[in-house]
Amino acid sequence: MPVVVAGTRLFTHGGSYMLHVRGRWGLIAAAIIVAASALGLVAAESAVAAGPIASGTSCVADATTGCLQGKVVDDNRNPVAGAKVTVTSPSAATGSSKTAKDGSFFFAVTEAGAYQVALDPSSLPTGVTPKTPTLTVTVELSNITPAGFALNGHAKGSTSHAAASVSFWQLLGQQFSQGLLLGLLLALAAIGLSLIYGTTGLSNFAHSEQITLGGFLAWVFAVQLGLNIVVSAVIVIALTSLSGYLQDKLIWGPLRKRGLGLTQLMVVTIGLSLALEYVFQLIFGARVYPVATDLELNTGPLNITPTAYWSMLVSIVVLALVGLALTFSRLGRATRAVADNRALAAASGIDVERVIRIVWIVSTGLAGLSGVLYALVNGGVYWLTGAQLLLLVFAAVTLGGIGTAFGALVGSLIIGVVANVSTLFIPQDLKYATGLVILIVVLLVRPQGILGRRERVG
Amino acid sequence: MDVGFYFSTLFTDFGSTALSVITASYVIAAIGLNIHFGFTGLLNIGQAGFVLLGAYGFAITVRFTQNFWLGVVVALVAAVLFALVLGLPTLKLRGDYLAIVTIAAAEILRLLGDNQLLAPFTGGTFGIPGSAFSKPFSALSPFPQNGLFQLGPFNYPLSEGDSWWLRIVAWGIVALSIVVSFLLVRSPWGRVLRGIREDEDAIRSLGKNVTVYKTQSLVIGGLFGAVAGIVNVLATSVSADAMGRTLTFELYTCLLLGGAATVFGPLLGTFLYWLVLVFLRDTIGFWVPSGILSQQQIPQITWIFVGVGLMLLVIFRPQGILGNKKELAFGD
Repeated sequence: MPVVVAGTRLFTHGGSYMLHVRGRWGLIAAAIIVAASALGLVAAESAVAAGPIASGTSCVADATTGCLQGKVVDDNRNPVAGAKVTVTSPSAATGSSKTAKDGSFFFAVTEAGAYQVALDPSSLPTGVTPKTPTLTVTVELSNITPAGFALNGHAKGSTSHAAASVSFWQLLGQQFSQGLLLGLLLALAAIGLSLIYGTTGLSNFAHSEQITLGGFLAWVFAVQLGLNIVVSAVIVIALTSLSGYLQDKLIWGPLRKRGLGLTQLMVVTIGLSLALEYVFQLIFGARVYPVATDLELNTGPLNITPTAYWSMLVSIVVLALVGLALTFSRLGRATRAVADNRALAAASGIDVERVIRIVWIVSTGLAGLSGVLYALVNGGVYWLTGAQLLLLVFAAVTLGGIGTAFGALVGSLIIGVVANVSTLFIPQDLKYATGLVILIVVLLVRPQGILGRRERVG
Repeated sequence: MDVGFYFSTLFTDFGSTALSVITASYVIAAIGLNIHFGFTGLLNIGQAGFVLLGAYGFAITVRFTQNFWLGVVVALVAAVLFALVLGLPTLKLRGDYLAIVTIAAAEILRLLGDNQLLAPFTGGTFGIPGSAFSKPFSALSPFPQNGLFQLGPFNYPLSEGDSWWLRIVAWGIVALSIVVSFLLVRSPWGRVLRGIREDEDAIRSLGKNVTVYKTQSLVIGGLFGAVAGIVNVLATSVSADAMGRTLTFELYTCLLLGGAATVFGPLLGTFLYWLVLVFLRDTIGFWVPSGILSQQQIPQITWIFVGVGLMLLVIFRPQGILGNKKELAFGD
């Protein structure tokens, strides 16, 4: 079977997260960034080039920048990576770039006018030629100008979307196991989101950035510092849990005391999410950072990579532990009591603030682990990894029943499997849309979710 | 460093931003959001979806029929249908369901806009260039079709593309939208909306059908969003990724800055928002050496400011500049 490397879609705009720059928290964040730079961890980003034409893996148009971007696809409409694209500006400045894994290329230019965009035929796989090697496009500043290349022929690995060389049932099995994997990773994040919602009533839109943070930290420790992946994962969980502790201590705890309404708090998490997302982009740029560098072959009954099996196993064990802790431990019972009725829990002697703080620590740690595993099995992490997943996580939580931890698990598995299996019938890039459609349908039919109780809907 | 040059650049940029069609489209979309969030208390975080539907509905129709008015009608009908689809399952439920459904639906639309299968209509990830649909609008212009007109430092085409004609129409629509929203919210209908925001059960006990009022509010605010989409793409081009959830978050920042539940809040907030962005961009670009922050990083810095700004605003001044603390759109 071919090696499966899931592509990561890039978009130029997106939602989300930030470290609240106030007091100690800001200092700590600044210290981490400074320390990271000192260690040379902050990678030089290809998008940051001087001169009128910069290339990179994304482009944001503003009043002084125009984006010239497009895709190189072969005649099976599969993306072609590593093709060399050269642009020439009206003032004869040139810039060149190789296409990313998804066949995309991006140039940020500061001069409007007619640009020549040339595709180097020698950079294409053998037997593949461009239909039109050179395009002329007019670039406007503060605007995105598309330039797409279609090709004749395709390389060996590129399979036609029409001809089915594998049987439907094989494909179904493949997508099902991929879906199971995605579902388990979503569940790690979803349970945290659900626990936070259950105990505090907060819909935390900044949860996605905990996932991204986990992925980036995994890259820092496993790739940059070359630590063993298990050791790295443990450190990442510790650090993301710490970020949860600090967040609750410095932001959410004080805001709860201040008496901010839940809607207000939700908009605060949206602001935090947006700011943190761009903090990630500022530090890491827009490229994808691979965490697993070895190519692996799919094996076993589920036809996935060994890393994917390990990821599934880790998720299942961790989820089981969380489930057992919630059901049987004193703290777990206290957590459920707070989620059920906060005032009553406080009256019966439970330290509600302490429970909430522990929920934050556990939730962010779980999201961090989810980020590590996601980056491992999906080809890497970039600044919008979490933002892409967030709505699926919300869909999973709603599907399972908002505020119920076990519902979040069930919801995640359903969303993961349905999203992946749907790619047998609809284009791959609408995979995430399927998950969101399920969300809307569920609200129509059973708004309290699968395991939710009717009274919660209000 | 030439300080004089800095100030002249800054003020020219302020001026062109204040005239900009993009600014106008943000005001219109924020007025729509104000009807949802400010007056009715509906937490719509998918306003970008209405903008996107307006933009695509208009651009695709005009592209194939070259009929401007048909494009406008299609855009508006699309927004109404979208509002009904969103509203029917969620408006009876607790507020945060609407939030999650609207953001999810807007994201579905964005993914569909990018999708290659629909590329013959939508242009896929490349979008639709302005030239494909802007001609019929330019043809309506009373000014000569060709030529430029210079007013002080501002030099724009008379009728074509991002023109004076478009600027006049866009700001005319802004003025009209403000008048319409003023009349709407001081009507008996508007008073019911405020009542729903303050206490839904009380309004229900008065015999009003709260769900119907909420649906009407969602439709009307969505129409403003669709008009904003049309105005926006007439100045630029259609691109689904420019109308993602970040746009919604920007609109919230504009609205909350000016003051939700006020008639002039969206206008003031959007102006201030853009002026702050221009100020940050010009100031960082001029004073911070490119060795520390490159041109590419300036937008990232400004986005971080937007995010932090939104947080601080909601925490410390949720009523915004013009708002009244007693009339806070944030229920709980």
